[in-house]
Amino acid sequence: MSMQRRSFIRGTLAGSAVGVAVSAGLLTPRSVFAEWPSKAFEAKTVDDALMGAYETTAAAESGDITVKAPDIAENGAVVPVTVETSLSGVSTMSIIAEKNPSPLVAKYVLGPNTEGYISMRIKMGKTSNVTAVVEAGGKLYKASKEVKVTIGGCGG
Amino acid sequence: MRKSLMIALSLLAAGAAPMAAQASPESDLKQFQEYFMKRFPGVSLAEFGNGVYAIDKASREQWKAIEEFPPYETAIDEGDSLFHKPFANGKSYSDCFPNAEKGIRQNYPYFDTKTGQVKTLEGEINECRVKNGEEPLKWEKGKIASISAYLAYKSRGKKLNVKIPNDPRAMAAYERGKHHFYAKRGQLNLSCANCHQDSSGMHIRADILSPALGHPSHFPVYRSKWGDMGTLHRRYVGCNKQVRAKPFKPQSDEYKALEYFETYMSNGIPVNGPGARK
Amino acid sequence: MAKGIKVRAKVQDGVATIKSLMSHPMETGGRKDKKTGEPIPAHFIQEVTAEINGKNVLTGYWSGGVSKNPYLSFKVKGAKAGDKLKLAWVDNKGESDSIEETIS
Repeated sequence: MSMQRRSFIRGTLAGSAVGVAVSAGLLTPRSVFAEWPSKAFEAKTVDDALMGAYETTAAAESGDITVKAPDIAENGAVVPVTVETSLSGVSTMSIIAEKNPSPLVAKYVLGPNTEGYISMRIKMGKTSNVTAVVEAGGKLYKASKEVKVTIGGCGG
Repeated sequence: MRKSLMIALSLLAAGAAPMAAQASPESDLKQFQEYFMKRFPGVSLAEFGNGVYAIDKASREQWKAIEEFPPYETAIDEGDSLFHKPFANGKSYSDCFPNAEKGIRQNYPYFDTKTGQVKTLEGEINECRVKNGEEPLKWEKGKIASISAYLAYKSRGKKLNVKIPNDPRAMAAYERGKHHFYAKRGQLNLSCANCHQDSSGMHIRADILSPALGHPSHFPVYRSKWGDMGTLHRRYVGCNKQVRAKPFKPQSDEYKALEYFETYMSNGIPVNGPGARK
Repeated sequence: MAKGIKVRAKVQDGVATIKSLMSHPMETGGRKDKKTGEPIPAHFIQEVTAEINGKNVLTGYWSGGVSKNPYLSFKVKGAKAGDKLKLAWVDNKGESDSIEETIS
């Protein structure tokens, strides 16, 4: 979590040195993916995903993070999840589906005025905790909600 | 829970209650709607158009989350483009469907006394294409679902108003659809009514069986399961397969008759398609 | 071609709520073709970026665990009606799409 990396992520692609290189044709768009945290996404366990995304597994349970997700998912392919936090100084937010083959689903890097709020739809292979990890003031916080994923009887 | 459902269904094997054979469509309709209004008190007729979401709070919450920005919006946009793009001969769908922008979905299916056929919306979309020298579209998904989605969207709020003219051929089609709805089929030996009438609201594993009342109002539909749009007949095929019965072909006389019966039974429910379902 | 993204952006009480719907198969690479048994190659959006008036407000890094035809909603304080929102995505094949919308 070096300061240098964080400010690069915050800058627009156009303004950064990499952006200039891309538009000059010196870098193909794929090279820009140096920033896509591949180690984190390829991790098969929650701890490895956290290490890949944050270089630590230490995250404190926080009552200031709410994870809104259904108790029982209607369809595991489309599970609506909304993470909201009242913590201040939020720089990143991640969503982890603990029992997915690749637990880290998404990591968001927020601009200075972007609120600690993300709503999205995720895939879940089986019943598991959906954990939100919030990076605020240089520390990690987390909260979880269990979502049950069942086998439908008829159309599912 | 599964055991008790199977017991309940086998009790129904003794004779799920279809309406009296001599009854008229009008009295069938009255009886059908009264049955569901009684089975699900507090649910208004219009709300039945929301299927399971009208009767189950937990899944309704998830549906509302999806409806924040429903996936069928892409299909509506595509349908809008397709509908307004002229055919090679210069004509367009507007020539076949002059009232499309005002809402026409609520009138389908209808019985065409000239040809003696039940006409569905998808059927007429393809008729329009063929009449104007274009290849017909596949029936279950893709472009036809998008055009149908656009037309359904333009008809939102209009109450379903299927007519059964005083014509023995129309009555025969209606009766054929009614028969399909109440007849057992497939290895699982279940009729539509076993699940969607007599066991509606009950669980089958983790699914809740939707009431048949309101079934057709929200089609075409984006199903999370398909990750895609599908027409009503795509769903009929799936349902027949689910009870391990050989499905009929989409837009076959059998499915057109079923759609005719089902939609008539949902008369008065406002069109609310296209819909999002699991 | 921006038909692959739809976006709605509205300001209320000094906060812009942005909602977007993207068209993308989001294949994880773990599924097999039902007919051929062949694995379906991974094809999913890896990065989503949002800018308001040219300044980055959000970067999302995604895996194939995001649902097909992804939905994303986020909020930005201080954005005003008339501000220009740009939303873009790039997938693992290098394909991309973007849309510009005026915040209302």
